[in-house]
Amino acid sequence: MSASTAIPRSANTLSRRARRRSAALGAAAWAVGVGFCLPALWMVLTSFHAEADAATNPPSLAAALTLDGYRTFFGGGGGPTPWPPLVNSLAASFFSTVLVLLLALPAAYALSIRRVRKWTDVMFFFLSTKMLPVVAGLLPVYLFAKNTGLLDNIWLLVLLYTSMNLPIAVWMMQSFLADVPVSIIEAAQVDGARLPTVLRRVVAPVAGPGIAATALICFIFSWNELLFARVLTGVVAGTAPVHLTTFVTSQGLFLAQLCAASVVVSLPVLVAGYAAQDKLVQGLSLGAVK
Amino acid sequence: MTVTATRETPAPPAPARKPGGSGRRRAWATRAPLLPALVFLIAVTQLPFVATLVISLFDWNSLKPEKRHFTGLSNYASVFTDEALRESVVTTVVLTASVVLVSVILGLAFALLLDRTFFGRGFVRTLLITPFLLVPVSAALLWKHALYNPEYGLFNGALTWFGDLFGIESVAQPEWTSQMPLIAIEAALVWQWTPFMMLILLAGLQSRPAEIMEAARLDGAGPWQTFRYLTLPHLRRYLELGILLGSVYIVQNFDAVFTITSGGLGTANLPYTVYETFYRAHEYGLASAAGVVVVVGTIIIATFALRVVSSLFREEASRA
Repeated sequence: MSASTAIPRSANTLSRRARRRSAALGAAAWAVGVGFCLPALWMVLTSFHAEADAATNPPSLAAALTLDGYRTFFGGGGGPTPWPPLVNSLAASFFSTVLVLLLALPAAYALSIRRVRKWTDVMFFFLSTKMLPVVAGLLPVYLFAKNTGLLDNIWLLVLLYTSMNLPIAVWMMQSFLADVPVSIIEAAQVDGARLPTVLRRVVAPVAGPGIAATALICFIFSWNELLFARVLTGVVAGTAPVHLTTFVTSQGLFLAQLCAASVVVSLPVLVAGYAAQDKLVQGLSLGAVK
Repeated sequence: MTVTATRETPAPPAPARKPGGSGRRRAWATRAPLLPALVFLIAVTQLPFVATLVISLFDWNSLKPEKRHFTGLSNYASVFTDEALRESVVTTVVLTASVVLVSVILGLAFALLLDRTFFGRGFVRTLLITPFLLVPVSAALLWKHALYNPEYGLFNGALTWFGDLFGIESVAQPEWTSQMPLIAIEAALVWQWTPFMMLILLAGLQSRPAEIMEAARLDGAGPWQTFRYLTLPHLRRYLELGILLGSVYIVQNFDAVFTITSGGLGTANLPYTVYETFYRAHEYGLASAAGVVVVVGTIIIATFALRVVSSLFREEASRA
């Protein structure tokens, strides 16, 4: 990530005014960053406050810190534990990510390394399904699930999340696999290497990080999904986002608890997202921006 | 749904194929890896949409299943004449347009700030993308309860605090979500989507050719001129991409509307209305018709989106 820094600029050619201006802009960036992130920071701080301190006006910044919010969220106060929803989210996201990879990898191979004819048209078909709003298929899926007894079952979510993420995964992986120089692959084949070896020795090292990032993005999207989960699951298969929404209604409003719950549910995504910042843009812009 | 914006995309030259007797078998061998993904996607996304189309032609309330009958396009007439539904069409447009516009402008400003070296740049960047990484429901809950709450939310708390600071007795304590419901949702969504725009525009800024920027500087172009005549034209593609992808996602927003106002006070957008119509009101036919309207709207946006993406993509393909 070298920005306009690519323009060679040695320190001594910078006038004092330019340096002052640059320092001011740096400070402004800091102020904007902290200010913009403030709601999230506030959420984290509140999650460590006692309920009485969380619900004061004006806010009490210096109140004692406690883990009570987290303890109650995890069932410390005799309430429902969040483990089943968290496990459901984990399972639905994990299995759908695996399924996405299994389907998207061969497809991306056919779209980049050994290209099918009219490959761009196929790419755009994949993309166009992503433009189909979720609500347009919700009712038939609901009726189907109801009639086949698949309601409140995470495997149905796995299928739906797979279809939701497959187009993005195909696009991303296509662009990552296209980065593998065909000449190297051919050289390896001339040397007698067979497909599995080529994939392992040549494709994986080049495209591996991209594939990992793709998996991460699919996982994040599945983890975040609310509408399908809300309509198609209930007591058994409810996911973490659904739990978050019902948590507020069933427990009444306890701000510190709510903040603790939000932090816990967001934590996997935050960690994954920070780790894959650059690839995230590429994935979200469907591979159009590198 | 198949958007055919690809018509004008000339297929880039296919890699040279060796002519051979087993050409047909070979073509299938290349095609085979593609099929599982294609078949899966058609089955899981296109079939339900066809079913939605069919259901939208029926008068069907699931509480009175015996009265189900074919009614033609009358559900569509209801979508456009029913005041609540028509309002939700307007709400969707307003919500999408305003959120996309504001987040693009903010995102551009943030990207410009980050496009220079300064102490702790990586950390500030991390701070700025955090809102985008929060689970959408928890972000919506955060805004509703921790920020907007009239009694102990951060906003009113800050107002009180400032009041105390300047010795003002009773500071106004607005009820954000009931006094300005749509703006409340928009603010939360702008907060979540600005980082997305920033990331795309930052990628655009960093792909500016350094030599040209340097040449402009040597020719005496000031920062504003450089921005106006070099940076902005270069960013056009990225701006379009951000706007269009943002629109496609925000048109479909459900989480924020559901969480912050539950669609009350004129904030119900189409996705929320479809959800309500079928999940609570059990009007299957009507909900399906509304769903189809959402799709048509999205297709219009998507056609433009695909055109933009395809132009970027063509550059990519020609570079390869």
